[in-house]
Amino acid sequence: MVDMQHYWPVVVAIGAGTFLLRSSFLVLLGRAEVPGRLVRVLRFIPAAVLPALIVPIVLSGGGEAGGGAIGFSRPVAALVAALVAWKTKNVLATIGVGLVTLWILDWIISVSL
Amino acid sequence: MLSRWESFVSGAKATLPLLLGVVPFGLICGAVCSEAGIPVLGAIGMSLVIFAGASQLVVTQLLAEQASTLVVVMTALVINARLLMYSASLAVQFRGASARWKAVLAYMLTDQAYAVSIGRYLRSDLPPVNKTFYYFGSALVMWSSFNIATPIGAYLGAVIPAGWNLDFAVPLTFIALVVPAIKDRFAFAAAVGGGAIAFLASGLPFNLGLMTAAISGIGIARLWEISSEARHG
Repeated sequence: MVDMQHYWPVVVAIGAGTFLLRSSFLVLLGRAEVPGRLVRVLRFIPAAVLPALIVPIVLSGGGEAGGGAIGFSRPVAALVAALVAWKTKNVLATIGVGLVTLWILDWIISVSL
Repeated sequence: MLSRWESFVSGAKATLPLLLGVVPFGLICGAVCSEAGIPVLGAIGMSLVIFAGASQLVVTQLLAEQASTLVVVMTALVINARLLMYSASLAVQFRGASARWKAVLAYMLTDQAYAVSIGRYLRSDLPPVNKTFYYFGSALVMWSSFNIATPIGAYLGAVIPAGWNLDFAVPLTFIALVVPAIKDRFAFAAAVGGGAIAFLASGLPFNLGLMTAAISGIGIARLWEISSEARHG
């Protein structure tokens, strides 16, 4: 559960910081040239951050709902979803197929145990 | 040259197909908030104030794990630092617009509005558009659909049973976003490095694992790129 006492200060701080990132060159440094080296580092952010988010969530099991006993259904569903994302480049199809795969795997495990 | 209004409508229309990805993302941001015990008003406020879905999901997760305030803020800003790159690229396109107008456009900056707009500016086979109004059309569609989806998701998250494993939609959303971002072997190295180090570093105190992994993944990719450039002249 989230401690609501600290919630708004955190949200406002991140909102302000994110606005500074967004307006950096557009508003504040309107005439400055963009350093090419900086752009070359920044463009790797999505590729590095997203797997760093995905891997621990997928490998940590199912939280309260998954019980943790079933260790492989989430990694397998994630791999299937990655394949769908690669083939279709469709966000909705990726989420849909991933969730349905997880439901099927968990169902099979629950029946076979 | 298209008029302001034509440019605005054209930018909005070009963005509509992307809503298939944005609306579920907004729904999930709302649903995750209510699962973490954040009231609907909190979810709405977060989407309005931060308006960057990936960082919002991480913030919610870290707050639920009682991570320290400083780590939550720093991690979110590392994730959102990519917006700096779009800001730099658009600064060249929006030269001459007033600072106030650019501040409004900056607040609405997203991966999608940037990609749609820059793609259109580079088209030489189509008549030129009013650049800020084309972008504004795209950004407004993004902004309104995301901020309408969040409270709906917050409501749904409160009524959908935990057995549906809807929390798994979060990594699935990230998978859908990361695959197109892996454009070359260096980006692939960033992805593998980031993922592997996040796994190894998941025990680090103060939830510093994510930030460590992200910065290491970026470093690995950039160093490999520099060394391969040096080799090939």
